[in-house]
Amino acid sequence: MHSGITITMIIMEVIVNSTTLIIKIKRKSIKMIIAVASGKGGTGKTTVALNLALSLASACLVDCDVEEPNINVFLKAPLYTQETVTVDTPEVDTTKCDYCGKCAAFCMYNALAVVPQKVLVFPELCHSCGGCALVCPRQAITWKKRIIGTIEYGTRGTVELYQGLLNIGEAQAIPLLKALKKKIDPTKHIIIDAPPGTACPVIEAVRGADYTLLVTEPTPFGLHDLKLMVAVLRHQHLPFGVIINRDGIGNDAVEQYCNTENIPVHLKIPHSEEIARLYSQGIVFVEQMEPWQSKFHTMYQTVQQEVTASSS
Amino acid sequence: MKICITSTGKDLHASVDQRFGRCPYFLIIDTESKQVKTIDNESTIASGGAGIQAAQIVTNEKVGAVITGNVGPNAFNVLHAAGIKVFSGASGTIQEVLEQYSKGKLQEVHAATQASHFGLGGHIP
Repeated sequence: MHSGITITMIIMEVIVNSTTLIIKIKRKSIKMIIAVASGKGGTGKTTVALNLALSLASACLVDCDVEEPNINVFLKAPLYTQETVTVDTPEVDTTKCDYCGKCAAFCMYNALAVVPQKVLVFPELCHSCGGCALVCPRQAITWKKRIIGTIEYGTRGTVELYQGLLNIGEAQAIPLLKALKKKIDPTKHIIIDAPPGTACPVIEAVRGADYTLLVTEPTPFGLHDLKLMVAVLRHQHLPFGVIINRDGIGNDAVEQYCNTENIPVHLKIPHSEEIARLYSQGIVFVEQMEPWQSKFHTMYQTVQQEVTASSS
Repeated sequence: MKICITSTGKDLHASVDQRFGRCPYFLIIDTESKQVKTIDNESTIASGGAGIQAAQIVTNEKVGAVITGNVGPNAFNVLHAAGIKVFSGASGTIQEVLEQYSKGKLQEVHAATQASHFGLGGHIP
């Protein structure tokens, strides 16, 4: 069973026959971790994450686009810094170091260089693996904490938000994302807003999710990047479905692709002036277009059924 | 003294490579004995920190000077800490550059001549 699923109520019917014990589990009101990802940027991940959150009775949003979190542009919750996230970087004790160079030779990220009578550390390249300290024959390497970003928290109504904020100039989002995802309370409806692309931060964002919603637009560019993301999720053996945003532009190649590949298309959000206008005013459209609340809610239930079916 | 020239090829007829960290070869030339040693630059495939790794390779060869087209900030810091002089803006064949160097016609630089990641994409200065 998926780790993120909690069962708020379990009714077990135990049927005993001559050879096997069959436990039939009926789940009610299961909570899921849903990730919203896309491949291509600007397809509407944040729009989908927010509209879904506001269509549920209560939800916890996690903004994993730590280089540029934008959920709160629309949610407008008062935020406070809950945690400062640090990584370990090496520090060299020059009274012990004999400049043998083993640390630099070991480091595959080139975060260290050893020249005669000097060790240079490049903290932004360090992945905190600890290898340099292990190979140092003179125990000259210790660790110091380096701040890479913060985790902020706030609520608006029944919606909670955790957002990661990577410091400017930092190259590594992963340690911040790991700290951010530790905040997840699996007894709640969790909606993760993933960063764009298909690289490491996206993989970290969708890791452990019960289901991923891939938001795309019906254009050749949208399809191209959707295919990349489908390949990533299939490689990770993570279940997913598609939401087509700005439906009505481009062509039907995305739908044809989803049909051929047996990928469910859960929702089509039209290319509409009303939605665009609300977006430009920083309004989550389900707040003004009420019929959409039930559409998002129904989609959530469909996904719940799919997740429950595959995990039982 | 030994000097290092970033090179597109394995011998003195090759051209100076404009990149430091991601040049294909380093030619290590002994200015007295005229001996030439060719080193394959394994930093060309580094995902990051190519300049640092390249500077480490060159430092390990105990050269006194590096001649190249451009050098980035991290690589420059390592070379500078190692006491290696850096001459940039070199072009032409390795043979021609050697002659310019021996005649004192190359300019020593005291700071990086390019921003990080110059060697990754087609930026021609």
